[in-house]
Amino acid sequence: MTSLKTPSLPNRLTIAQALELLRAKQLSHQELYQALRQQISQSNDQLNVYLAQEPEAEEIAHRYADLPLKGLPLAVKDNFSTQRLVTTASSKILDAYRPPYESTVTRRLQQAGGVVLGKTNLDAWAHGSSTETSDFGRSLNPRNTEYLPGGSSGGSAAAVAADLCLGSIGSETAGSIRQPASWCGVVGLKPSYGRVSRYGVVPMGSSLDSPGPITKTVEDAALLLNAMAGHDPLDATTSPQAVPDFTRALGQSIKGFKIGVLYLDTPGLEEVAPVYHHQLQVLSELGAELEPASGLEPRLAISVYTVVQRGEVSSNLAKLDGIRYGRDRSYFGGEAKRRILLGTFTLSKGYADKYYVLAQQVRTLFVQDFERLFQRYDVLVSPSTPGYAKKIGASEGATMFGELEDMLAEPSSITGLPGVSVPCYRDEASNLYLGLNVVAPMWREDLVIQVADAFERHTPWNCWRSPDWARSAHADNNRSPNHD
Amino acid sequence: MSTPRPRISPQSIHKIAQLAKLSVSDAESDQLAAAFGETLEVIDHLRQADVADIPPTHQVTGLENVWRDDVVNDEQSLSQSAALANAAHTHQGYFVVPAILNHKTRQDQPDNEPSP
Repeated sequence: MTSLKTPSLPNRLTIAQALELLRAKQLSHQELYQALRQQISQSNDQLNVYLAQEPEAEEIAHRYADLPLKGLPLAVKDNFSTQRLVTTASSKILDAYRPPYESTVTRRLQQAGGVVLGKTNLDAWAHGSSTETSDFGRSLNPRNTEYLPGGSSGGSAAAVAADLCLGSIGSETAGSIRQPASWCGVVGLKPSYGRVSRYGVVPMGSSLDSPGPITKTVEDAALLLNAMAGHDPLDATTSPQAVPDFTRALGQSIKGFKIGVLYLDTPGLEEVAPVYHHQLQVLSELGAELEPASGLEPRLAISVYTVVQRGEVSSNLAKLDGIRYGRDRSYFGGEAKRRILLGTFTLSKGYADKYYVLAQQVRTLFVQDFERLFQRYDVLVSPSTPGYAKKIGASEGATMFGELEDMLAEPSSITGLPGVSVPCYRDEASNLYLGLNVVAPMWREDLVIQVADAFERHTPWNCWRSPDWARSAHADNNRSPNHD
Repeated sequence: MSTPRPRISPQSIHKIAQLAKLSVSDAESDQLAAAFGETLEVIDHLRQADVADIPPTHQVTGLENVWRDDVVNDEQSLSQSAALANAAHTHQGYFVVPAILNHKTRQDQPDNEPSP
């Protein structure tokens, strides 16, 4: 870790940097939280990131000073139940809902010393990839406010990109962590399904939903995953698999890694494919063996995902009757209605075999396809999304907007695999980013962290890791020449 | 490639909405029928896959039949006041629910009032 000067803007620190400075007593909670309050008051109205904020964040931070995360401020997607803050899932139905219990993820983060600074905007019920379906208005992409942040965890990704927190938490059903991370130029890690508890997360697709960190660096993602992961008796789908210390995968060589490159020849990626080919050379220069790999058509995963997700949505949202909590069903927005109805249809008598069972069979084909690929490769890499962030308004009237934007993440989502999106290019003119998606076998988050961290350390695309280097390297045709 | 684009009629949308306990206006049902067509077209790609003898995947963790002891977990239990705290209407410690029986079926009520 590079040594740090006393920061003039502490909200721009990474989690790892802030921990180091707090430990060395070169930074106080007061300085940190004051900087955050200032930044939030400057930009939250425009970016529409936080739906609720913790009024006593700094006081709580003082109490957590001796815990591993030392009272650092985290932004949490507003579909995680928090007893102290209203939890809306960005829907009018839950606009006044104060959960009577805490989600396991936020409880564990707090036990580790993380402070829930605020709750971030998402597509309503996490249905979407833009935040444009939020009942409380869209968020904007801090890298360029004419563009969308992506979604559904768009508020969490934007909070990180705009330095409105030190790190954040999102949830991914298919792309909802990695796609907004890619669009906002930040790191988004989707753990293996079952690695992180869903207890207290407003459910979307119960066989898919995976909470995970969205952070400034891969190192920070490893630190937060350490605090979140592990078996939870309150979620029977969490795995009893042992949880390694994910920070041990940091700073490790990837020499000799066999890496399969997926999806670069997918129609629609013509514009960005050359950028990826160029950036992937870094991995070869670091000693990994790269070769083009072919997997099942990602568009087929859209079909599987659409059936499975809509079905699970219709049954999960059936419980909302406005009696015990929330408003009645007339408050559902258009996107939720479409999904509930389609799920009800595909699960109804006479259609369940035709659609739902068939989709689950094709899901098996994807599981088998990845098993085949991982016999040959340690990890797979691909673009995180088919392109850069889309402009404001792009999702409106586009029924399959999210599915198309998440297409490249969906094969690994329906199979439960871990993946991370790490910034891999910045377009100078628009200031928008592309992300590289690294996918590994089940329970091998350590491998995606190892490869993404190596990539991040040897490229200039992380604006926190080495901002000055990044700027000069940009002039130097996009890649630093000095790899080790 | 000759599979016709699947169509769902606005009438069917109303029927499905009834099953899902959603109210849908006529204007909405036309839009929803169009969106259904678009989505079903995407879903229809599934038919191109050869799934003979392929079992369905319902879970990806390898966990099946996860049991717990049948005991009360105090940490997970809510007090009466916590359980009622988010309800729109309560009455003497109970949730108030909309009437599900028609006034018509009750002899002592006028039958010209709409049920809620």
